[in-house]
Amino acid sequence: MSFSDLLGQLPRVFTYYNLLLLGQAALTTLLLSAFGCIVGLVFGLLLALARRSHARLLLPLKAFAFIYVEILRRVPFLVTLMLFFFGSQVLGFDLAPLTIALISTSVISTAFVSEIIRAGLDAVKQSQIEAATVMNFGFWQTLRLVVLPQAWPVILPPIFSYFVLFIKDTALASQAGVLELVQAGRILTTKGFSAFIVFGAVLLLYFVISYPLARLGSHLESRLGVSRHSRARRPIS
Amino acid sequence: MYLDIRGLAARYHELQVLDGIDLSISRGEIVSLIGPSGSGKSTLLRAVTGLLPPERGTVSIGGEEIDYKDRRSLRAARSRLAIVFQQYNLFGNMTVLQNAVVAPVKIRGRSRAEVEAEARDLLARVGLGDKLDAYPDQLSGGQQQRVAIVRALCLKPEILLLDEVTSALDPERVSEVLDTIRLLAAEHITMLIVSHEMSFVRDVSHRVAFMAEGRVLEIGPPEQIFDAPQVQRTRDFIDKISRK
Ligand SMILES: Nc1ncnc2c1ncn2[C@@H]1O[C@H](COP(=O)(O)OP(=O)(O)OP(=O)(O)O)[C@@H](O)[C@H]1O
Ligand SMILES: [Mg+2]
Repeated sequence: MSFSDLLGQLPRVFTYYNLLLLGQAALTTLLLSAFGCIVGLVFGLLLALARRSHARLLLPLKAFAFIYVEILRRVPFLVTLMLFFFGSQVLGFDLAPLTIALISTSVISTAFVSEIIRAGLDAVKQSQIEAATVMNFGFWQTLRLVVLPQAWPVILPPIFSYFVLFIKDTALASQAGVLELVQAGRILTTKGFSAFIVFGAVLLLYFVISYPLARLGSHLESRLGVSRHSRARRPIS
Repeated sequence: MYLDIRGLAARYHELQVLDGIDLSISRGEIVSLIGPSGSGKSTLLRAVTGLLPPERGTVSIGGEEIDYKDRRSLRAARSRLAIVFQQYNLFGNMTVLQNAVVAPVKIRGRSRAEVEAEARDLLARVGLGDKLDAYPDQLSGGQQQRVAIVRALCLKPEILLLDEVTSALDPERVSEVLDTIRLLAAEHITMLIVSHEMSFVRDVSHRVAFMAEGRVLEIGPPEQIFDAPQVQRTRDFIDKISRK
């Protein structure tokens, strides 16, 4: 097939219905990514806090956080996804593939994000927390006013590179039958459209989703970089 | 006695650092704590504030014994004291002014305008009026220390604990910080000061306590401790430092 043949196919590939399919798939990929990132941030933070806590009452939670993070970070995403997929069938839950994919991507990102956040929290000196403690800051006040502002500059760069990788990993949800970008690409090629054009479009859509995220990341980093405390502690890259 | 420490013991794992500290300070009194490096002076301040919970003994403020296992009791005690750490421990993410006002405003719920006015005044008095918006890592050691002192004062503590307020400073800076503390000394706040600066200690303290081997071995007016120590261990220490 020559290049001009390819060009000639363009109008046939990008029909209204095919574009709708691609658009819908892109939204699903976006949903999976955004949901996974946000859930990962919230629960990752909670797990990181649990792992750092010394309270006896939180010991079971601490143990859970340890096992959760250490196991899930070491398992291929696809394995976790399949486990959830078939597990829910075995247990008799009637969950839509998308629901299963949302759960398993969130579970995975929580494990990874938790480790990144924990490293960031650990970078804040204990003496900063002690200074807050003697001034009667409560746990959450210390976290919000002292620890997190100093941890963000350490957390942000690895977390945004993780998110970019994570967006690509959501492609695996196609294995569970979720209509995200890769799946949409497959459907269109099986319908006989040029795989080159179809996956070219898919590539473009991935870029459109992940580029703004990367921009947001570097924007936040440079904004935080302005505040002085982060200079010394920022690792040399 | 206003700050009353009795039989206080504390340890880091196997290391018994405090082994029965007895020390009583009356209201408005300034007591300095001297002793060899590693004798546990900082540890005593940490134990009093509950950062290192004591394993034995009691601490009471104004007759109220602190129960270090009870959050309410500890909070109440902490609201009456302030500490300036040996390493200052200013919040790295906050400016000078924010460091000074954050606790009174966010924790004590006082009006921001009022606290800021006080903080500006104190900062101006210690010569930092032009550094309000600087971050700690933009300041010299002596400047950071003065900010830490102002931060402690903005809490309006009844008892001020000062750890090595002079050790990390070059000789010129020492006098700046000392002037600040002298200024305060007039205001009848109870102070426990750890210092290596003997001329300062002699000058400012009502009494001096010599600490070694986890105990207060001798306590008395500066003239006694420096000129006529009663305990051999104190005499050795004073001899050694005055020979330097
Ligand atoms: N966080 C810690 N963990 C374990 N041991 C510690 C810790 N902090 C201090 N120590 C030990 O406790 C002992 C007393 O230390 P401390 O800091 O109280 O001494 P200091 O009298 O303040 O000394 P300096 O005059 O050098 O400041 C030392 O032997 C020290 O090594
Ligand atoms: Mg010390």
